[in-house]
Amino acid sequence: MVFSTLVPLQAVAFVLVALGAPLVVLTRDPLRQALVNGVYGITLVLLFVVLQAPDPALSMLVVSGIAYPLVILAAVARVRGERRRPEETKDE
Amino acid sequence: MSYLPYAVAAWLCLVGLAGVATSRNLIHLAICLTVTQSSSYVLLLSVGYVEHGKAPIFKGIPLHSTAVDPVVQALTLTDVVVSVVVVALILALALDAHRLSGTVDPDGIADVSG
Amino acid sequence: MSRRLRLALLAPALLGLGGLFAWAIAGLPKFGDYRGPYGYVLNQMVVPLRHSTNVVMGTTFDVRGLDTMGEEFILYAAVVGVTLLLRDESGAGRVERRTRRARSDTVRLIGVLMIGVGLLVGLWLVAFGYITPGGGFPGGVVLAGAILVLYLVGSHRDYAPFRSEHALDPFEGLGAGGYVITGLAALALGLQFLTNLFGYGKAGTLLSAGSIGILNAASAIAVTVAMLLLFAEFLETYVAPLEPEDVGS
Repeated sequence: MVFSTLVPLQAVAFVLVALGAPLVVLTRDPLRQALVNGVYGITLVLLFVVLQAPDPALSMLVVSGIAYPLVILAAVARVRGERRRPEETKDE
Repeated sequence: MSYLPYAVAAWLCLVGLAGVATSRNLIHLAICLTVTQSSSYVLLLSVGYVEHGKAPIFKGIPLHSTAVDPVVQALTLTDVVVSVVVVALILALALDAHRLSGTVDPDGIADVSG
Repeated sequence: MSRRLRLALLAPALLGLGGLFAWAIAGLPKFGDYRGPYGYVLNQMVVPLRHSTNVVMGTTFDVRGLDTMGEEFILYAAVVGVTLLLRDESGAGRVERRTRRARSDTVRLIGVLMIGVGLLVGLWLVAFGYITPGGGFPGGVVLAGAILVLYLVGSHRDYAPFRSEHALDPFEGLGAGGYVITGLAALALGLQFLTNLFGYGKAGTLLSAGSIGILNAASAIAVTVAMLLLFAEFLETYVAPLEPEDVGS
């Protein structure tokens, strides 16, 4: 009747994704947010697998495990590196 | 609850937008954008789902079994990888703003003149 | 516009947008009730026509090949944008950071194993992309990740070949341009742009699906080199290193 077209496994996957998103947004420190984003990516992979989509699941797994932490950590490292040398950034 | 998938997609979009608007750090802003992007993936894959359908890979299963829509999967798959590079571009903009104004706070950058 | 005013405007705006979403969702068909004929047509037609058992890859590189070419050029343009933004014009000399190899033997061993396994998995994903799930896009990212483990574990001299943009730029062009050249080759033969040129082979083996294999490899090269270029641009330091380490072994 009400749950007719959703298999319970799919309902659980959707609810996990809906719970993970506010956690990513509410983490304010970018370094920690990179880790929480990785966990959110894994809940998305679970959802894609349960929705019978193996190709997007592979892409999301690889991207949220390798590519996003890489790019975010490189940006944070560069911001912190430049913050230690403030006299270099003011000349133009 | 047959509309739960679409409600989750709408919720993700709103949460991401709220994060972008209330952010105090440009890098945090870029990651909140990825949450909004993921709402589009959830919506696409939910629209393409066929009841009792299998994955559209026909190696090992008979050729005429019911399968879910492959077009939305093709869109999602390329979009996921390309959006990493676009987020890298946004982060490069944030680094440039930090170099010119000395802060990563979006409210602090507006005070730079010249 | 002050921050408080901005936040006060945000809540009604989000509520309004939520109301519009609710109105739109009420008009959608139920989850699982798939209406469009295009999905059914593709699932029946792509395997007999193109001999590619992965219908998603057949759609990405053949039925909707023009779309994927556009996505590859988005990738290319974003990498060009990052390069232009992060390159320093003021002439501050580029000093290369000197790092050492990881000191612990265990870390080096695990790093070498990860590089080997990562390269194999990446090549397998790319090569079998049109038979089983995978393809050029995730395979390219795995290959780039395996090469970056070399950056984590090795010294600056180990990673030097993958850091120079002069060596990497031709490969990026090869990836993006290879796609267009394959399409133009079909034009030169009098067919439409991006028509599948070669014979189709036997479905389920590596020698199948015509020019989908070539387009797959071109996009894998483009994605791998784009990730390596991004990393090289983000980590170039334009000031003297903070703690000058002695040149390690």
